[in-house]
Amino acid sequence: MNDRRVVVTGLGTVNPVGGDVESTWRGLLDGVSGIGPITAIDASDLPSQIAGEITDFDVEAFMPRRQARRMDRYGQLFWVAAGEALDDSGIAYEPDDPAAYRAGVVVGSGIGGVATFEEELTTLLEIGPHRLSPFGIPKIIANMAGGQVSIDFNLYGPNTTAVTACAASANAIGDAAAIIARGSADVMVAGGADAAITRFAMGGFAQARALSTRNDDPQGASRPFDAGRDGFVMAEGAAALVLEEREHALMRGANVYAEVIGYGMSADGYHVTLPRPGGGGAARAMQSALDDAGIVAEKVSYLNAHGTSTAANDVTETMAIKTVFGDHAYRVPISSTKSMTGHLLGGAGAIEAVASVLAIRDRVVPPTINLTDPDPECDLDYVPGEARSVDVQYAMSNSFGFGGHNVVLLFRSP
Amino acid sequence: MERTEIESKLTDLLVDELGIEREDIRADAKFEEDLDVDSLGVVELLMALEDNFGVKIPDEEAEQISTVGEAIDLVEKKLNG
Repeated sequence: MNDRRVVVTGLGTVNPVGGDVESTWRGLLDGVSGIGPITAIDASDLPSQIAGEITDFDVEAFMPRRQARRMDRYGQLFWVAAGEALDDSGIAYEPDDPAAYRAGVVVGSGIGGVATFEEELTTLLEIGPHRLSPFGIPKIIANMAGGQVSIDFNLYGPNTTAVTACAASANAIGDAAAIIARGSADVMVAGGADAAITRFAMGGFAQARALSTRNDDPQGASRPFDAGRDGFVMAEGAAALVLEEREHALMRGANVYAEVIGYGMSADGYHVTLPRPGGGGAARAMQSALDDAGIVAEKVSYLNAHGTSTAANDVTETMAIKTVFGDHAYRVPISSTKSMTGHLLGGAGAIEAVASVLAIRDRVVPPTINLTDPDPECDLDYVPGEARSVDVQYAMSNSFGFGGHNVVLLFRSP
Repeated sequence: MERTEIESKLTDLLVDELGIEREDIRADAKFEEDLDVDSLGVVELLMALEDNFGVKIPDEEAEQISTVGEAIDLVEKKLNG
């Protein structure tokens, strides 16, 4: 089955920088920050009071209110991104369409419906179990984004969910590609979402000392590889890709953005939240993706870094890149789009895959914004400030998650 | 509470809390077949009735309700004895 190649034929996203793929891409190339003061919740007693909110998301523009209120925001966001990606690919299935049995979904989500969890827990504690919503569990569980999309878009094939924290949607894309490559499906919607701008999530991540507290400068708070960085900036959002078996795509004349050629994974085996010092785990995942693709590191012409803007990640990721790329580490353009989007958690790997694929399409790489005073230990070319024209033939995207999950994807120009 | 008042309050509940279209709501409309209220929606409806009318509806009584009119009957009986 190894001759089955997997290509990207559709993209979708809704995130703090843009409500769809093209507005997001323009924003990323223009260096637009999607970060602002938190408005959705009372953040006055939280250490981190800034986030990437989607302030203009009108779910009822996409689905009836009756359906929307049965879904948590994370599921709504994924649903919208998946719909855009399917539209973009030109794929739509009627109920019971025979081809729909060869089409599936893999979603990544770090936390699932955490806002609903908070609401329901409050009801439980303040009123009692008899007032819990019958939709509470379906809204909370992290697999429901994929379940709901399969119901509404008639996708009857393989359907599963990755919950590897901030690497979840990179796993979703890699796993979906593997499902197609082994012949279990011809089309897969792959991506992820989180909507964790909630008091519990913001408070919890702050206690884990992961979040930026640069509350007086929201747009400058996510500053990957900069000496002044002080944590990641929470963001909500979703992204989805339509992956398709190459012959299937070519036969129907689909627009092919890129080919998925490599998928690498490793575990740090070290700590629940901190990366292994030296970045050995991340390096093994990057090498594994290169080996899977059968290419050498020198081929990589753009690297979309995990680049969270935490003290630990940006240094260890830089070390990992040097380990794998050698001298080429100093030549390859690297950027962290999290400097603009903030950290979408389970949506991060997917939106960064979208950025990597569009970098291939347009032969341009988005910048790392806010990188004005580079950390001396971060001495690579992170494309500071402005987008750059680069002949991107091969793009790598790194995603690392709490738990020590390291996931790396490789895309090639079609 | 007058029956017409119960009726209009229940209609508002169905529209506001279950998202049902107002024009679809008639006394003989069946929740499952006509209004597309699934088993989870029925639970939600019962909670809404209990909250908004201040009545208690045990499961065995809830199982008897299949139309909008029957829901009004039950609430009216509970409220007015």
